[in-house]
Formats: sequence, C-alpha cells, structure tokens
Amino acid sequence: MSKTPPSKGPQGPSRRAVLAGSAALTASLFTPKSLLAQDFPTAEVNTTGLAVTDDTVTVGILHSITGTMAISETGSVQAEKLAISQINAQGGILGRKIEVIQEDGASDWPTFAEKARKLLVNDKVASVMGCWTSASRKAVLPVFEQHNGFLYYPTFYEGLEESPNVIYTGQEATQQIIAGLDWVKETKGANSFYLLGSDYIWPRTSNKIARKHIENFLGGKVVGEDYYPLGHTQFNSVINKIRLKKPDVIYAIVVGGSNVAFYKQLKAAGIDMTAEDPILLTISVTEDEILGIGGENMEGAYACMKYFQSLDNENNLAFVSAFKEMWGDDIVIGDVTQAAYLGPWLWKAAVEKAGSFDVDKVRAASPGIELTTAPEGYVKVHENHHLWSKTRVGLAKLDGQYDVVFETEELVEPDPFPEGYQ
Amino acid sequence: MTFSKNSLFTRQELIGFIVLAAIIFLLLPAVLDNFRLNLFGKYLTYAFVAVGLALCWGAGGILSLGQGVFFGLGGYCMAMFLKLEASTPENTSIQSTPGIPDFMDWNQLTELPFWWVPFHSLTIALIAVVIVPVTFALIIGVAMFRRRVGGVYFAIITQAFAAILTILIIGQQGFTGGVNGITDLRTLKGWDIRTDEAKEVLYFVNAFLLFGVLLIAQFVRKSKLGRILIAMRDQEDRVRFSGYDVASFKIFIFCLGAAFAGIGGAMFTLQVGFMSPTLVGIVPSIEMVIFCAVGGRLSILGAVYGALLVNWAKTSFSESFPELWLFGLGGLFIAVVMLFPNGLAGIWTEQIMPRITKLWAARAGAVAPIPATSTEEEGAI
Amino acid sequence: MFSDYSMSELGAIFAMQGFAGLILFSVFVLMALGLAIIFGQMGVINMAHGEFMILGAYMTYLVSNVFAAYLPGLFGMYFFVAMILAFIASGALGLFVEWSLIRHLYKRPLDTLLATWGLSLILQQLYRSVFGAREVGVSIPDWMMGSMPVTDMIEVPINGIFVMVLAVGISLAVYVMMFRSNWGKQVRAINQNRVMAGAVGINTEWTDRLTFGIGCGVAGVAGSAFTMIGSTGPTAGQLYIVDTFLVVVFGGAGSILGTIASAFSISQAQSIMEFFLSGSMAKVLTLLVVVGILMIRPQGLFALKLRK
Repeated sequence: MSKTPPSKGPQGPSRRAVLAGSAALTASLFTPKSLLAQDFPTAEVNTTGLAVTDDTVTVGILHSITGTMAISETGSVQAEKLAISQINAQGGILGRKIEVIQEDGASDWPTFAEKARKLLVNDKVASVMGCWTSASRKAVLPVFEQHNGFLYYPTFYEGLEESPNVIYTGQEATQQIIAGLDWVKETKGANSFYLLGSDYIWPRTSNKIARKHIENFLGGKVVGEDYYPLGHTQFNSVINKIRLKKPDVIYAIVVGGSNVAFYKQLKAAGIDMTAEDPILLTISVTEDEILGIGGENMEGAYACMKYFQSLDNENNLAFVSAFKEMWGDDIVIGDVTQAAYLGPWLWKAAVEKAGSFDVDKVRAASPGIELTTAPEGYVKVHENHHLWSKTRVGLAKLDGQYDVVFETEELVEPDPFPEGYQ
Repeated sequence: MTFSKNSLFTRQELIGFIVLAAIIFLLLPAVLDNFRLNLFGKYLTYAFVAVGLALCWGAGGILSLGQGVFFGLGGYCMAMFLKLEASTPENTSIQSTPGIPDFMDWNQLTELPFWWVPFHSLTIALIAVVIVPVTFALIIGVAMFRRRVGGVYFAIITQAFAAILTILIIGQQGFTGGVNGITDLRTLKGWDIRTDEAKEVLYFVNAFLLFGVLLIAQFVRKSKLGRILIAMRDQEDRVRFSGYDVASFKIFIFCLGAAFAGIGGAMFTLQVGFMSPTLVGIVPSIEMVIFCAVGGRLSILGAVYGALLVNWAKTSFSESFPELWLFGLGGLFIAVVMLFPNGLAGIWTEQIMPRITKLWAARAGAVAPIPATSTEEEGAI
Repeated sequence: MFSDYSMSELGAIFAMQGFAGLILFSVFVLMALGLAIIFGQMGVINMAHGEFMILGAYMTYLVSNVFAAYLPGLFGMYFFVAMILAFIASGALGLFVEWSLIRHLYKRPLDTLLATWGLSLILQQLYRSVFGAREVGVSIPDWMMGSMPVTDMIEVPINGIFVMVLAVGISLAVYVMMFRSNWGKQVRAINQNRVMAGAVGINTEWTDRLTFGIGCGVAGVAGSAFTMIGSTGPTAGQLYIVDTFLVVVFGGAGSILGTIASAFSISQAQSIMEFFLSGSMAKVLTLLVVVGILMIRPQGLFALKLRK
C-alpha cells in the first residue's frame, strides 16, 4: 500500500510545481471557499464508515501502471494526482486533505476487480478515480455496485451503460462521433467512408453508430469495415483495400501499439493525409498517442474529441502550465488526461454540495454539478451521470499538437442509449 | 496403521495432506478477513491448474503452455449459465431484444445462438465444465501424441492454441462478450453469489473440490499408471519398446489436467463473478506453469503451495511496490529455476526434511548419523 | 466483389498485395532469424526474444536523439549507426544472459523457458523505469518514410524495401556465418554431437555464448528496423513472441532455410487472407492452418535429420 499524500515534501521539485501551478490557478480562476473541518464534524459527513478522519479523506486511484495499458493510463494517473494536489493546496474538501491510495490494475481485468474490492472493502476509500478500458470498467462495475463505491471513469467509451455508481467524465460514443461526421460531411463534402478499428467493443460499437449515422442521416455510404486484433502491427493489406475502394474518409479507431504501426505504414504507402485524399478522421488518437506515432506521421489527420491541449482559454492555459510544472516540460496532455483531471474536481463539487462524503448523498448531489473551471471549458453533469460537453475537431500538426478547426456551438447532450443507433 | 509402498499415502504424504487441509480449511479462514479469504479462494482456483500441470509436466514430462485454454473453457461454460440466469427478460427489459445477454443485444443479435441454448440448464453447464476442456484436450492430444510430438514443440503449439482462442473470443464478441468477457454474473439458481456469505461458502466448496482433485492426482501418481508416466518421462523409448502404448497414457494425463483446469476455471468464474479472455491467453498460461514450477513440479501438494505463494506475492508486491513488482516476480522465477529447480517441495524434501529427521534422530539418542541423501524418489530431472 | 474494378486496377492491387506479403515476409524473417539461431541450434527457448528486439528499438531511439541534438547534418544516416549499436547492445546483453543464466540450464530446455520469461518481465520493467511507460516516438529520416510511385496505382513504400533489403542481407550474413565460417562449423558440430565436438577441441562453452549473443544481436537489429513500421514501448516485444516461435517451429527447428521458407508461406497466406477476410479472422485462420500442418507434419517444413 503506498499511502502517501501526493505532495512530496519540501525537498522535491514537485511541491514547488504544485504550489506554483495551483497558485496560478487560484489567482485566475478559483475563489477558494474557506471550508473548515470543524464546521463539518466527521460523524456527520461520514455516516457509512468511509476512510474520513477529522483532517483527511482517502480516495483510491486505480489504473494500470504495468502491462500493455500502462502506456495509456499513465497520463490519467498524473492528471488525477495533479488535481488532488491542487485541491489539497486550496485546503482540501470540507477542510480535509485528500490522501491517495494507488493500486495497479496491471492491465489485467481480474486484477482490477480484486484491487477495486480492496480499495472499497479494506481501505474504505470515499471515491475512486480509475479504469481506462471498457473491459476493466465492466470488471469493477459489479464490485462498485455491490459495495456502493463511487467511480470517476475518464475514458471516451462506447456508451450502453449508466451505472448509479459511476460518473463518466469522458464522452460516450454518440457525443464524440456524430458531430465529427456531420462536420466532415458539411465542410469537406465527404460521402464514402472506410471504417477501421481494433477488434474490441469500443471500436465496433462506435463504428456501428458511425455507420447508422452515415447511412441513415448523412445519405453517405460505407465502402468497407475492418477490424484487426489488438496489438496487430501489419496494416499493408488494409491499406491496399482502402486504395481499391477509394473512400473520401478513412474513419480509424485503432488503439494502442497498433496505432503507431498503422500511421507509419499509411504514410510509407504514400497516402498523404495533408492532401486530404482521402481524409483521415480518427476518434482514438490523442496527443498522447502522437508521441509514439510521431508528429510527422500524423500530420494532416483530423481527430474528433472534446479536448485538445492547444485549446485557447484561460482554464486550459493554467491547467497545461500546472501539468508541465508537475510532470515535466516535454509532457503532452490528451483528451482522456483532461477528463481524468475533472474527476477529483467534480467529486469535490459534489461533496461540497452534499455537505457529506456519503456515497448516496454525493450521488444525489452529482447531477447538475457544473464546473466552470474545466480546461475544456464549461461542463455539467447530466442526470445519466455523463457530462454535457462540446465536441471539437482538431487538425494534427507536425509538432504533435492539434489545431482546433471546429467546435460545436452548444454542449452536446450525452445519450448513452441512443435511439435509432442500436 | 501401516504404510506399505503400495498404499495411497506414505506417512509423510499423509502428514503433508493433513497440514495442507489444516491450512486451507482452518488457518486461512481463521486469520483472514472476508476480502483476503476471497482472494485466496481465487488463488486456489489456479491451484487446480497447477495440480494438473504437476501431473502432466512433473510426472509425464508434457509441458503445456496452453492450460489457460482449458481454464478459460471451463470458466466460460460456467459463465454462460450464470449469464443466461442473469439475463431474464425483466432484467434486460431496456434491450431491443430482452432475454438475451446484454453484449449480444449490443451486437445486434436478436436471438440466442443455438449453442448457447443448452446452457440454460445447470446440469448441462456443469457437465460441460469438464467435458468441453477434455474434448479439446483429446483432439489436441490425439493429434500430437500419436505423432510423437513432444517437449518444446508441444509447448509452442499449445501456446499457439492459447493465442488462437484469445483472438477468436475477442473477435466474435457478439457470441462471447469479446475482450470484456462475460461480466455482471449475479445468481446461481437464485442464490446471490456476490454476497460475503456466498463468497465464504464458495471458498469452502472450492477447497473441497481441490482436495477431491488432489486425491485423484495422488491416486494417479501412486497407481501403475503414475509409475509408467515417470518411466516415460525419463526413458520414453524403453517404455514404448516394453509394449506400452505411450501415446494413450499421455493423452489420458493431458485430458485429466484439462479437466482439473476446467473445474478451476468454473470456480474462478463463481468466485470472481466474471470470465474474460485475459485468463485464456499466453501470459496467464505461462504464469500457471510458473505456479507449478515454484511449488515444485514433481509435487502435487507443492503445486498448491506454489499457486498460493506466487499469487500472494504478486498481490502484496503490487500493493507495496506497484512500480517495482515485476522485478520481484521476474527475479522469483529466475531464482526458482536456477537455485531451486524442484521448487518449494524440493527445498522441503532436500533441505528441511533431512535436518528434521536428523534432529529427531539426535533427540532419540541415535548415534549413527543419517546419511544426507535426497529423499525425493524421482530425483532431479 | 471485384466487378466494380477495371482489370488494370485489379492487377495493380494484386501487385501491391503481393508486395505487402513480401514486406510481411521480411518482417517475419527478421523476427525469426535470431530465434532460429538460438532455438534451432541451441535448443534454448528464449521467451525474452521480444525484449531483446525492443532493446534494439530503444537504442535506435537514443541514437536518433543524439544525432538530432549533436549531428543534425548527418541525421539522414543515423539509422545505420543505430542498427550497429542495436546489434552490439542486444548482443552484449545476450552474452551476459548466457553467462549468468542460460549456460546453467542447457540440460533443461523447458526451464530456460521459465527463466527467460522471468527475464522478460524484468527487462520490461527496466524499460518502463528508464524510458517511461509511454511509447517513444522514433523519428525516421525523411528519405526512408516516403514511397516510390511505380505506376499511377502502384506505390512502393521505401521502408518496406529497406526492411526487405535488410532481411535479405541478414539472412545472407547468417547463412555465410553458419555454413562458411569456422564458428558456423563449430555450432553445427555442437548441435549434432556436443560431447564429440568438445572432444575434438571445440570450445563449446565459448561457442554457445557467442551463438546466443549473435542470435540476440540479430534480434536487436530486427527491433531497430521495426521502429520504422511498429511501436516502441516497454511491452511491445510481447506482440512478436507467438508469431516468431511459430515461424521457427513451422520451418523446422535447426534449419535456417526452413525458417525462411516458413516465413514466406505464413506471410503470404496471412496477407492473402487479410485481403478477403477481416484481419482478426485472417489471423485466426493462418494460425490454425499452421498448427494443423504442424500436427500432421510435426518436424516442420524442413527437418534436419539428426541422430540422437
């Protein structure tokens, strides 16, 4: 058990970073409420035996820091620790400092379930920030429902779920997909699409929604649909198929190490994405992934998600600089990392609204929680535990960042069980 | 009570069984809280596989790197039954086709595939838990052993099976639940398997089954079959020339190992509450071999200790040093192979037992020193 | 499915698809050669083969950063330096591993499997601690990333050609070493009869060590080349293990030529099936066919007749 308060003491560089970062944030955005622990007696704010003392509250972080998923989940851990240290620097929640117990899911779903049970049953954590893949979430879900835990799940995912014990801080599939397809139809006149993905539920469900939308609402056609096993590294065959079908848009939902192989081979095969013939639109490549793919191999591709590091607003500038102060200058921040950063803040807001750490009260308080300070702008928790958020389209540049070329006017309503897309 | 060479137990083995039974039935439930006990229940399901491996590999010299396949098949058979029970039309009323498992609905299936239908019945599911892995093992075994494929080749081909089955399960997600596996299992014939009491009951059911399996394994080891296996491992050709049908013995022991693994898989599903392809693939299959190696590949009791120890080490390493636990785990494997090739059981019989006997003898006033030879009858490979 | 296309389009596609198969073939050859040496000649199952490859990939990453920082003018050439260093690094690690680990286990081939699996876990965590859990992006010199248009439809990726040339080059080098050099003779002699080889004065210990080192070194070069087409991360090595072992076993252990023939047939089969089926099913079918053939013909495509 590594039970440490996230700020590493006076000698480490991280503390300075945290203070500097949070100072910047506090100055520009937050008006810290001076909530004092004595105003909220432990017996009143914690009636269900959670790990809450007079001056601390314990939360869990449950991500893979070993195994194949560590690549993706590292950013989420960093964001959650940043958010927690910022909250602590402001005086914590209800006057209590947040302590973190971090567990490793080791990219293995049974381990996730085991660790989730440990966090909830043994450590009695008040909430958990964690999980990344759908499979790990599905594995821990029964545990959270049985022991009435509260999970903040950061990843964009396929939807089809609405648990009372989870707040989904990433976008569900329709939020992420439909606006992007509408955009590529309207501005680029795209009609034919080639759908491609890694072989598991998120790409398949997303492509199913994309296909329905393309065929039923846009009047376009899908000329091909292909799936490759996770970790597949040879894409020359599908690139040939794409050449043969000549689609206007390659709609790619490739994940993990396969991404690197796919984009490198796409470029080597002479498909120049900057020429937009065909256009490449992806919902799975964040700035994090470009680090591995290489900006030169990704230049000219479009990605559709809710957050890009290059977003130009005050919240985001402060967030990016705090993140870099804490974790190093050469780090990049992707969509999921930002969504993970929202978790602790949304929980703080819900706890303070409820005036209690009790899961039932936090749950009741959660819908309608607003966060005006989110790096992505303004977000709001929907009745269905997902977030209202804007969807944006970014154009990948040589330096591995995205230029935001489009954003929806309004917040997009989350719709995890979309009618007409089943 | 006398212990002849032909009785089921030697005195030492009987003591070994009793000690293990005391640990599993009395000590662990007494000292562990419910959460940890459930964890140990999960570890014990791997012990089924390890015991099977001790027979196949330790006694028979057949190293399978695909035991995860059988573990997974057994687990999936159980999970299919539980999923069907959980997917009543009332529970799944929000689906476009109520009454089928949720992941099928997400993949636009409108009716239950025919091969799922028998799994409405618990009896059939329980039979399938054993029969399906055994059938697979039989097919693989007949094809391979009749052609005298063995050793390293067998290991690599079974590993390929683990890879194939994983890709297949993930690729056919409409029928199998894909990479998520079959999740959200709730009740067994109306009995909620998620409660603390249920988990405790399941722990003991699991332990009883494990001892059943251990007795079968012990019987096999002590029977003529067991001795032929060891003879085969050491000098396959001589056994063959003596007129024995070597392939049939190998096929039998491989199928037996598969059956054990299948039962372990089913118990895993019941205790953990889901089944997923991550338990079928190459990595878990190799880990299962490692449980057996750490325990001592020659010893069926050692296999149980190996499964408990490695998993416990894995859990506690990863809780205490999440960033470093792979170093510890990797180091453990290397240490076992390099320093203790007969694993825990070897340490016991070669290092500790002789000393105890010596002490014992000294106490009893024996003058002559006991010769310090290895007491392990099979010796090192 | 072909009715919509003209003959010339179809011809071009088949040419391209054949070429894709050849690239896959080269990739398989590069992956498998190091293992064919180690497993085929020494009988050692090296489960850490993928991690040796990734070490080569990380060396490439380091060299590219050094060149970018200090010798930007020569950046286009760094890849050759990187491959040499990858060979040296992986080879040196191989020598060390043989000395500290493998040589104690020659009599227990299945145990090398467990020990090297432990080694692979340690190496993975080492990479993660040193280079971070995220994948690293290796920038490839521009001249290697483009493609050469042959006709309007047919474009040939340059990195594909590079991988092919490399595969042919290394195969030739291994072949020459194996069958023309003193070392090769010694390796083959030891493979046939270790005791006799020792008796006639061959230093079997040193030859074993060198063989293992060279096998690992070749893996390192393969890893270095794969930075052009795949990802470089702590766990990327695991992706290659099953394919690699199957290629070697299918070819018939002990036969370098068999490994090449098997790489060719598996890659072509997979490449053709990928065109008609979805990628996942193509992979499953390829593996099943390989395993099926191995069941009928367990000695693989080319079997060395050995007297045991």
